[in-house]
Amino acid sequence: MSLRGSACIVGAFEHPTRKAEDKSVAQLHAEVAFGALADAGLTAADVDGYFCAGDAPGMGPLSMADYLGLDRLSHVDSTDIGGSSYLAHVAHAAAAIALGRCNIALITLAGRPRSEGMATGTAARAQNASVPDDAFEIPMGRTVAGSYALCAMRHMHEFGTTSEDLAWIKVAASQHAQHNPHAMLKKPVTVEEVVNSPLVADPLHRLDCCVISDGGGALVVARPEIARSLKRPVVSIRGTGEAVKGQFGGYPDLTFSGARFSGARAFAEAGVTPADIRYASIYDSFTITVLIQLEDLGFCAKGEGGRFVRDGNLISGVGKLPFNTDGGGLCNNHPANRGGMTKVIEAVRQLRGEAHPAVQVADCGLALAHGTGGLLGHRHGSATLVLERQ
Amino acid sequence: MTERSIAAPVVDPSTRPVWEAAAAGRLLLGLCRDTGRHFHYPRPVSPFTLSGNVDLVPASGLGTIYSFTVMRVAQPYACAYVELAEGPRIFTNIVDCAFEEIRIGMKVRVVFRPSQAADGTPGAPVPMFAPA
Repeated sequence: MSLRGSACIVGAFEHPTRKAEDKSVAQLHAEVAFGALADAGLTAADVDGYFCAGDAPGMGPLSMADYLGLDRLSHVDSTDIGGSSYLAHVAHAAAAIALGRCNIALITLAGRPRSEGMATGTAARAQNASVPDDAFEIPMGRTVAGSYALCAMRHMHEFGTTSEDLAWIKVAASQHAQHNPHAMLKKPVTVEEVVNSPLVADPLHRLDCCVISDGGGALVVARPEIARSLKRPVVSIRGTGEAVKGQFGGYPDLTFSGARFSGARAFAEAGVTPADIRYASIYDSFTITVLIQLEDLGFCAKGEGGRFVRDGNLISGVGKLPFNTDGGGLCNNHPANRGGMTKVIEAVRQLRGEAHPAVQVADCGLALAHGTGGLLGHRHGSATLVLERQ
Repeated sequence: MTERSIAAPVVDPSTRPVWEAAAAGRLLLGLCRDTGRHFHYPRPVSPFTLSGNVDLVPASGLGTIYSFTVMRVAQPYACAYVELAEGPRIFTNIVDCAFEEIRIGMKVRVVFRPSQAADGTPGAPVPMFAPA
């Protein structure tokens, strides 16, 4: 059974805050839920499916459904594959709708790592005795930035990718972020500024990393008949794919990600190819994340990512593949340390023609959103969506 | 420059022999008897067949650096995946080597570094790698 065309994204909302010292995480979830439902022209009373992940406080859907007053849920899902969870939730919502288990699904994400002073990329983590990998990785100083840096170093070794290549990804994101009044980093940067910023984890520099921000976002997914009855442009779910990639006994290949599998699955379901995609939201926890995913999704051959991203090829109006036109995680927003939600939201804006005019892709009928969750160099989830304007 | 404090590995019943061997200066790997393949991290089931037909076996302790990074924190350290002679790539640190001399492909050998729990009590030694 294919999910192609079985459901539509009818509401999307990104919280404007980037620092929420005076708000609780649950409150942020409620604010984005309200925003996405209002965007769709719906209310909480219409929601019969609810999706959240590890950022939700308490026991996921139990705590949040109670807090949000969602008293008529017939379907819940708290799949947690890190920052890629929310792309998987869209696919799972489409599947649940196709099976008749719900009609209108709400997906929420929120968090406040910035207010909590979290050094997301470099901080040592505590071990959990029940997590089998912790004892073999945390004493060795496993960090988020370090895990992605290991992939970048190997990619450079095998394919000749350079720091300047990676810097072009940040440059493109910053060119887009200058038009986003909510972006944390609005100032365009140059390749030189990126490669001259301090090293965080060789070969990744400070400006190769995403921002740490508070905030959140929400989506509403509904049955196509309902989507057509609402007043918003209809964004249909055309293809979906998921994958998990680990070390599988100590044999990690750091040159590719699970996007190789989730992307192929999504393109197969959608019946399209990378050449058909007009706009791409590509997970950008670090610049290297983007480069490896672009290769794995098939936008260029393996090892060609460095050449592909050079010279502004990802800049809207300049290059062949406009990406992350909101400024992405690299410049705009990475709420709760999880960037998958905002990837879907900007793809929806593009398909509706509601992106900032300076970055809106002309005639944007087909878009891709892709997320990587967890640690690229240790174990991660991948989720890909192909979305279509109807 | 002071070296970072290495957190004591949390030991559970299934991995206790691994850390006891580390205390004796020996690196152990999992061996799947169904496939003949080594695996890491150790566990009482095979990641290749899911059967319990596995053993812990001594590793040569020799390998080459598959990838590395230097964490530029207050007490910098070098993380790496080292590809062991037996096959598995083990997440570890590179020690006894200037950061600027670390290279992918460099031959390394296991050394053990002391660890300590948050309360200061000593933990099991942790396998790290130095130039061979």
